[in-house]
Amino acid sequence: MSRSSSPSFNWGDRFFRRVCFGFALTVVAIVIGLAGSLVWNSRLAIKQFGWSFLWGQTWDPVAPLFGALPFIYGTLVTSAVALCIAVPLGIGTAVFLAELAPPRVSEIVSFLVELLAAIPSVIYGLLGIFVVVPWVRTVASPGISAVLGWMPIFRGTPYGVGLFAAGLILAAMIVPFITTVSREVLLIVPRSQREAALALGATHWETVWNAILPYARSGIIGSIFLALARALGETMAVTMVVGNRPEIHASLFEPGYTMAAVLANEFTEATYDLYLHALIEIGLVLFCVTFIVNGLARLLLLRIGHSVEVNA
Amino acid sequence: MRRTMNSVIGAAALVLLAGSLAWAGKFMLINGAGATFPYPIYSKWFSEYAKVNEGVNFNYQSIGSGGGIRQITAQTVDFGATDGPMTDDQLRSAPAPILHFPTVLGGVVPIYNLPGVNENLNFTQAALTGIFLGNITNWNNPEIAKANPGVSLPNKPIVVVHRSDGSGTTFVWTDFLSSASIAWKAKVGKSTSVNWPVGLGGKGNEGVSALVQQTPYAIGYAELGYATNNKIPYGKVQNKTGQFVECTAQTISSAAASAKMPKDFRVSIVNPVGQDAYPVSSFTWLLVYKQQTDRAKGEALISFLRWMLKEGQKYTEPLGYAPLPSEVIQMEESAIEQIQLP
Amino acid sequence: MQQSIQTRKFFSVTALSLTGLFAAITVSVLFFILGYILFHGIRALNFGFFIHLPTPVGEPGGGMANAIVGTVKLLFLASLLGVPIGFFAGVYLAEFGHNRFGFWVRYATDLLNGVPSIVMGIFAYTLIVLPTRQFSTLAGGVALGIMMIPIAVRSTEEFLRLVPRSVREAAFALGIHEWKTIFFVVIPAAYRGLLTGILLDLARVAGETAPLLFTAFNNRVWSRGWMEPTASLPVMIFTYAIAPYEDWHAQAWAGALVLMMLVLVVNGGARLLLPRRRIAV
Repeated sequence: MSRSSSPSFNWGDRFFRRVCFGFALTVVAIVIGLAGSLVWNSRLAIKQFGWSFLWGQTWDPVAPLFGALPFIYGTLVTSAVALCIAVPLGIGTAVFLAELAPPRVSEIVSFLVELLAAIPSVIYGLLGIFVVVPWVRTVASPGISAVLGWMPIFRGTPYGVGLFAAGLILAAMIVPFITTVSREVLLIVPRSQREAALALGATHWETVWNAILPYARSGIIGSIFLALARALGETMAVTMVVGNRPEIHASLFEPGYTMAAVLANEFTEATYDLYLHALIEIGLVLFCVTFIVNGLARLLLLRIGHSVEVNA
Repeated sequence: MRRTMNSVIGAAALVLLAGSLAWAGKFMLINGAGATFPYPIYSKWFSEYAKVNEGVNFNYQSIGSGGGIRQITAQTVDFGATDGPMTDDQLRSAPAPILHFPTVLGGVVPIYNLPGVNENLNFTQAALTGIFLGNITNWNNPEIAKANPGVSLPNKPIVVVHRSDGSGTTFVWTDFLSSASIAWKAKVGKSTSVNWPVGLGGKGNEGVSALVQQTPYAIGYAELGYATNNKIPYGKVQNKTGQFVECTAQTISSAAASAKMPKDFRVSIVNPVGQDAYPVSSFTWLLVYKQQTDRAKGEALISFLRWMLKEGQKYTEPLGYAPLPSEVIQMEESAIEQIQLP
Repeated sequence: MQQSIQTRKFFSVTALSLTGLFAAITVSVLFFILGYILFHGIRALNFGFFIHLPTPVGEPGGGMANAIVGTVKLLFLASLLGVPIGFFAGVYLAEFGHNRFGFWVRYATDLLNGVPSIVMGIFAYTLIVLPTRQFSTLAGGVALGIMMIPIAVRSTEEFLRLVPRSVREAAFALGIHEWKTIFFVVIPAAYRGLLTGILLDLARVAGETAPLLFTAFNNRVWSRGWMEPTASLPVMIFTYAIAPYEDWHAQAWAGALVLMMLVLVVNGGARLLLPRRRIAV
């Protein structure tokens, strides 16, 4: 209801409106403050290293020489591994829930999948240390190396901890985002699409693959971006299993480091200002990356004309 | 609706009140942070001291010596703790003078996880530097084997584990490696945080111990107490005179005996001359501002330091540390006078 | 591509069964996690866990009493900050926000939602810990509170929007002022959804560890008031999990069980309480 149509616009309305406006403004102010504070508190590092911070490979607090590339690499690789596992799993589950499962089953399973998203990340980390890492060390890593070890990314000593273990845990954490959103999107696809395909003689799968999925494409891709944004920023579960080594290796089984993990590990001990600013600059880079990815997700999801957004 | 709102507001007010007043009684909280090296004995001390002086509680967080130095410099804690003494630069950049007070002696041991090998291994200095430089990559390398005749070492790659955080234990270990090998000194050097040539990173002595415990064929370094309390095998290290010495309270004290303690207590005792000196020993220090800003807290700190020197030393050996030499205790007792209360 | 109808049918059945398999895998991951934590957590859980303080390293019998209380205090502070801001901003967007400014507020909210929690911790550190020279429950509460805002905004806006126009129009027809309409008619009509949204929001930040690492820090004993560092359940779990002590591992599982029960009960209850409408969190 707008101001002009209200019968009598009095001080109560004005005040209430101002209060609400004030709080809304606070949200914007917080965001601006956050971005500003990140930039301001990393200025020493920005001034010293400039853009070369982004491709510097050495992270040496003694020198001091700070380069963020190992962390950017680790973040991207773990997220990529996570997506490779979570995307087929998530979309497959969504297709099953939207197309095949009876409505009751679909709702229950959907609810269970959402619960996965609610589990705190430190609990994923706990399971990472005591379940995933030993499994990767004793089963997955030797197994995959034996079969695919001719490829550089699958070679290497089975440490257990490393980029692969981190990617695995991230996959479990982000599957719910892909599934929930994709399922919603698939349910919205008009019946006419399906019926047209069936009328042309397509099998059920062909209908899904050729008529339904393409229609839901931007929504599904949007969900993938949402999941990616979540994976990029994930801290605790990754810190506990990634191996904490700021180095770039070709193999997935080598230890690595991510932007969020180095912040968690080294923040309280940055013994001098440049060190602290370099760490905060990593926070700034992380902020920018998630900002871009989330922006893309939003763009893709808004195009389907429905605010289908999930707990991120 | 009205009733729900009222009960919510009532509950909120209660929590607010309780939270603000909770235990606001006579007890005082003193916050400290730093080295993980002495954490087992510090946690024991603070628990015992609370029984002696009920009004004071110490909250010590083991975040690593680097963290201890940082937080005391930033004045976000009341005292810091480190096993790598603050450098002159670090002392200069602190807002006010900081005093070092040694608390215990400890030793850093090479811990390892070798399935099938039950014997305690001997490590030459060259073996340790080679392993941590990444030059020695397999367990059955001759440099390791020749010091351990009769032990069948597996032909497996060595998984090196080091600290991922800024660590005094790292400082002591790299101090030792630097003194043992010119190559190490040139390439890596000694510090609380170095650019490790190889290895996985664990957070704190705790993290390194846990990683070695859980990873077969791993080797790492940790304070003696972590190895003994968690039944992790550790090796003997060859000292400067060529002996393979096991880390015990006696051998640690032997290493400390040869050191001349300077007035500011910052001293390194790695790789000393001495038949049965353990070559990777170190003091560990509490970091306290010379000029205290809070009278009650200052008094509590001083009182704790005195208790630690008199009563605390008896808890050291069972936990894997060695007590301070008596000359050091005497020096410290007079040095405590330097702390000024407001 | 002229495959026979049998081939195409076979392929279709196979592919669709695969999706069923994927769904089964996804669900079994959940059951595995729940089961594992239940198993290990119950073995380690005892009454002492809830009432004892942590003991020195190596001594058995410690508990997480201070961590549980710490988490409650942190959540309380967080809701004090996050709920009013999120709620009223949501009201603004739902009732007055169909304009340029509303677009920017929604955009800012989305941005805030996507900020990694560790970065939120950095912000609270520079905002509160540095000036006060103190790790504190306040700093931790602020970090968590800011994290609560975006979800509170989104959920409030969505549930208020659900209230039919007819309700508002009826109120206006009766001559009730706009603000009274919103406050006493629209909001109560949506209150179930709003409350559930807040509860879900709380459940989500209850499990956050990263923002607390350098704001609330940690504490081995009780934390008084709001300006001292405090233990919290997630940080304790983390600290104990990466240590070598078996006793600490057991307590970490117990803590994980408690945390997870809290989170799942709230989430489960929320979904059951509300009608089949999906919650925009």
